[in-house]
Amino acid sequence: MSARDLDVPVQRRSMRFILDGEVVEIENVDPNRTVLQYLREDLRRCGTKEGCAEGDCGACTVVVVDRDVSGKRLRVRAVNSCIQFLPTLDGKELLTVESLSTDGELHPTQKALVDCHGSQCGFCTPGFVMSLFALHKNNADPTRREIDEALAGNLCRCTGYSPIVEAARVMYADELQSKCWLGQSRSSTVGADEQSRIVALNSIDTDVPLCIEGHGRKFFAPRELDHFADLVALHPDATILSGGTDVGLWVTKQQRDLPIIIYTGNVAGLNECLVDDGYLDIGAAVSLTDAMPLIIENYPTLEELFVRFASPPIRNAGTLGGNIANGSPIGDSMPALIVLETEVVLRTGGSTRSVALNDFYLAYQRTALRPGEFIERIRIPLPVEGEQVQSYKISKRFDQDISAVCGAYRLQLADGKVEKIGVAYGGMAAIPSRASLCEQSLMGQEWSEASVSRAMQALDKDFSPISDMRSSSQYRRNVCRNLLRRFYLETSASVIERVYSIGR
Amino acid sequence: MGADAITSRANSKIAGAVGTAVPHDSARLHATGRAAYTDDIPEPRDVLHLAVGMSAKPHARIRRIDLAAVISAPGVVAVMTAADIPGENNCGPVVHDDPILAPGLVQYVGQAVFSVAAGSVDQARRAVRLAKIEYEALDPILDIRKAIAAKSFVLPTQKIERGDSKSAIANAAHRLNGSATLGGQDQFYLEGQIAMALPAEDGDLFVYSSTQHPGEIQLLVAEATGKTLKDVIVECRRMGGAFGGKESQPALIACIAALMAQKTGRACKLRLDRDTDMIMTGKRHDFVVDYEVGFNERGRIEGIEFMFASRCGMSVDLSGAINDRAMFHCDNAYFLDNVTIVSHRCKTNTVSNTAFRGFGGPQGMFGIELVVDDIARHLGVDPLEVRRENFYGIGERDTTQYRQKVEDNIIHEIVDELVRTSDYRKRVAKVREFNQASPVLKRGIALTPVKFGISFTATHLNQAGALLHVYTDGTVHLNHGGTEMGQGLFTKVAQVVANELQIDIDRIKITASDTSKVPNASATAASSGSDMNGKAAQIAAKKIKDRLTEFAANHFSVTELDVVFGNNEVRAGNNTVSFAELVRLAWFSRISLSATGFYRTPKINYDRATFSGRPFFYFAYGAAVSEVIIDTLTGEHRLTRVDILHDCGASLNPAIDMGQIQGGFIQGVGWLTSEELWWNAEGELKTHAPSTYKIPACSDVPEDFRVRMLESSPNREETIYRSKAVGEPPLMLSLSVFHAIRDAVASVSNNTRRPRLDSPATPEAVLNAVTEQQVSE
Repeated sequence: MSARDLDVPVQRRSMRFILDGEVVEIENVDPNRTVLQYLREDLRRCGTKEGCAEGDCGACTVVVVDRDVSGKRLRVRAVNSCIQFLPTLDGKELLTVESLSTDGELHPTQKALVDCHGSQCGFCTPGFVMSLFALHKNNADPTRREIDEALAGNLCRCTGYSPIVEAARVMYADELQSKCWLGQSRSSTVGADEQSRIVALNSIDTDVPLCIEGHGRKFFAPRELDHFADLVALHPDATILSGGTDVGLWVTKQQRDLPIIIYTGNVAGLNECLVDDGYLDIGAAVSLTDAMPLIIENYPTLEELFVRFASPPIRNAGTLGGNIANGSPIGDSMPALIVLETEVVLRTGGSTRSVALNDFYLAYQRTALRPGEFIERIRIPLPVEGEQVQSYKISKRFDQDISAVCGAYRLQLADGKVEKIGVAYGGMAAIPSRASLCEQSLMGQEWSEASVSRAMQALDKDFSPISDMRSSSQYRRNVCRNLLRRFYLETSASVIERVYSIGR
Repeated sequence: MGADAITSRANSKIAGAVGTAVPHDSARLHATGRAAYTDDIPEPRDVLHLAVGMSAKPHARIRRIDLAAVISAPGVVAVMTAADIPGENNCGPVVHDDPILAPGLVQYVGQAVFSVAAGSVDQARRAVRLAKIEYEALDPILDIRKAIAAKSFVLPTQKIERGDSKSAIANAAHRLNGSATLGGQDQFYLEGQIAMALPAEDGDLFVYSSTQHPGEIQLLVAEATGKTLKDVIVECRRMGGAFGGKESQPALIACIAALMAQKTGRACKLRLDRDTDMIMTGKRHDFVVDYEVGFNERGRIEGIEFMFASRCGMSVDLSGAINDRAMFHCDNAYFLDNVTIVSHRCKTNTVSNTAFRGFGGPQGMFGIELVVDDIARHLGVDPLEVRRENFYGIGERDTTQYRQKVEDNIIHEIVDELVRTSDYRKRVAKVREFNQASPVLKRGIALTPVKFGISFTATHLNQAGALLHVYTDGTVHLNHGGTEMGQGLFTKVAQVVANELQIDIDRIKITASDTSKVPNASATAASSGSDMNGKAAQIAAKKIKDRLTEFAANHFSVTELDVVFGNNEVRAGNNTVSFAELVRLAWFSRISLSATGFYRTPKINYDRATFSGRPFFYFAYGAAVSEVIIDTLTGEHRLTRVDILHDCGASLNPAIDMGQIQGGFIQGVGWLTSEELWWNAEGELKTHAPSTYKIPACSDVPEDFRVRMLESSPNREETIYRSKAVGEPPLMLSLSVFHAIRDAVASVSNNTRRPRLDSPATPEAVLNAVTEQQVSE
């Protein structure tokens, strides 16, 4: 422990969370231990399953409950316990499949699954129960599409999903008679049970930052932005952890050792979203679930992109800041954010600088971040009157997939001519990037079939994509061009639908 | 239907009678997280966790293995290589060509080379990474066409011939040839491969294994450890999905666990992580199919030649029977008069492919459906007409290419009914109309039939056993040789016993598959689980019922005909006692209350040498209409509506059967559309986790999904309560989705050209096919 760490007078050395109504306090927890390992190996609480250890199958789904921004309501979020590090539960309530059935009585979600024949082998079922529980708590009357979205992170190999969808409808017909908060679906009022859970959460939550040491590893969960900045500067080799939806895999898939983790989740200054001075200003630690509505409200055409962005459990944990900092060439948000001329505010210690997202990526998984520097905020300019924005994602499966190609477009026309154009792609190069030659060929031109065809040719010179398991380079080239054409068709008179939305 | 069966179906007032939609016996346990899978079984205090070191090369000699760093890693207790195996180093189920640990030669990337035992899962997995293996690289064969060219086969090429295909094709009014490649499929059971082996006294072993075939685990563990079958017990209560992937594959896992338990004297558990599981264990065979066909102006096939070649991988495994089944199902529901089928079983330096729901049948059907679709597009007629033109006849044109007479053909009525209920004709017209007006998005529709043969083609496997105990309180302990992988087998068999004894199903304890209770059982596979184990359990229950009847007749001084079991009671003349009371009385009178049942499937008789006879007891039928929409700019597609009519005979449990139909169909849709196995040039599988390997998700299932079971159509053969097997057949209904996509692609050229679409029909494959159609315009 260095002298600087000790500048903060008091730090908690043990984490606390609530499980089955009891406060669990653990000392010396291994910061690299996942919630799933803790449940299965330490507690032998085996209802929660490991299916993939990468947050892609949902067998490990649990629900984390905490207080919403107002502090007056509970916030109920499904997350993947397989890639969630245990100390991130500090100050929260954990619900697992075992938490739901009390005194042998099935929860409405469980009963509905039984009644609808929603389980066959049953291995995915606890995860579905928890995702359905979260849906039950967050949406009082879901459409089929909302059910699909809620279950996008849960794979079932046996049933073909139909009986599970049916259960998601039936579960509302069978509310528990008791006043139990667990059994009730989303309601507008705060009942006594919810109130007492909030009180319990208040009782374990203090402003004192957490500093855990266990198994030779450290986990810092600072509360103040300045403290966070100091810690990052002091430990430039530390892993900055937000949702863990990528970092978690470093441990579960690569068996990497993360000796020092600095967690963004409890840092007040990183967890705010606001509209400020012509920008959507999104704190780097804001979850995708919380950032999405604000972005979609301002850019409604990006809804499909964000709804298809991973899955609810991943979006509940993962952050926009993490998605950007990760530097993947195939992150879904980047092409759109690049054409929107998003800026990232980077901070080292007390000083900040602003970098255009387009300049943030230097090379494959290399960014402009310097040692000891971190992303503080993401600033997305507010929409400009008359501009048209769109982003398309191409993947083998619509939901919960990684794109082969992701294209984003922003167009401002004046008198039928291109006054401003932004075209950016993911999956076409080692970094997400603008298609400069394509943009140049369009600038000042008629927005017409002919100029779009020329721009499609220019795309061939912009990119030399690779072949991999997601697609061949030839397909990437073809679809990259055709997506521009689709954007043209959608923005010219001939509106065409997308297959994604048809029949649902 | 037999009079006996009809009466007991109609009169049953008991809970869980045959034909009722009782939930899966473990449904409540599943939903509450209390169903115990192998990894949930409490571990002995000294348990060791294992990990496996894998080959990094597709084909190489191992020059040197340096495990020094592995041995000294934290928590490591033992390591094991091929040299440490006291018995036979084999986990191959048929041919002994599948080493447990590679003995010096590695034949695929991911082949097990050594194993580590450590104090925790994490320690074992970290330690494995520290091994240093030096290889001497050999030339690998990584794909089917190269294997054919090199004559690299795991088994000899097989041929079925009937009539004179060559001259029939030559003399036909029309001729076509074509080919397609057809990708494999990972089983993607949610519960990965796992086994825990416990040493017992005197060197015995007790093995928990997630397996469809406990008896084979018992045998291979015994052989590997140098023991006999009596020294090994294997148990499996349930699997978290299997789909064929746990028919032969668990042997490798269980053998490693058992060998390490033998070596260390401690309980050893091996649970593969998802990536290792997908890299190390076998999948559905990918195929190439070439055909040449001659046909008349109505599309009737007059002569046909098929070449099927499959990627078997580095060893035989179950590839013989799988490829045989592909040859048996390349007729699907169609009569092939002059036919030659050649089947190559290719040896490649990739993981040894294995069983997966359908077991070669889907690939065979894929072949013939491709042919009939091509014929229709060549002639410019609705593919359904060509399909009908070629259906097996009733009383004529009714012998398969393997000389089995199709005696139970109901495909005509199924298709007629489905055409009507799905509104097929009108929808075809609407699809055409839509496509005329829509340059970018195109719709497609197709109806495909299924006829699937039920029985193991290896005749000797068609046997099953059951064990039934009745306790003095009237409750029942039920055991049989089948295994539960989610398909509801245990529930169905319990329904049979409930029906026979006329007691509520909750009086029956369903128990784990256990080699010490029912010996020498076949794998739960080939859709045969309920047919065979249901019958075996029925026979056991009848034995006990007969003894109780005889006893009751004596006890109450009535004739045996006056003893009637019903609704948890037994009436003997004017006396009525509860079932439990009768059992108690029988016990006092020293009547045996335990019985075994044994069943062998009748009528089957088949000569593998000539590919002729009756491999199948009966056929299961079905048909599906699927409608899709594709985007010709991107190749993306969506399934918008499905209508299925499927034949379950007289269903034992309509809810469970419905689940098999829906689930099998969607699994097939994944096989044909989104699930792509992709190897790089170094022979490494790069789609080895759900992040890269995409099985269908919830939103892929159409809102408009209409599934019905054929009514009033009991099995014409005397199966258990005249039901039909349902595990595999519905998977192949998904071919309708593939052909609907082909239909949409063909509309790009205004149906003037056969589409060239490979499977899986990923957006890339569809866009390629669309582009080719455009070029030809």
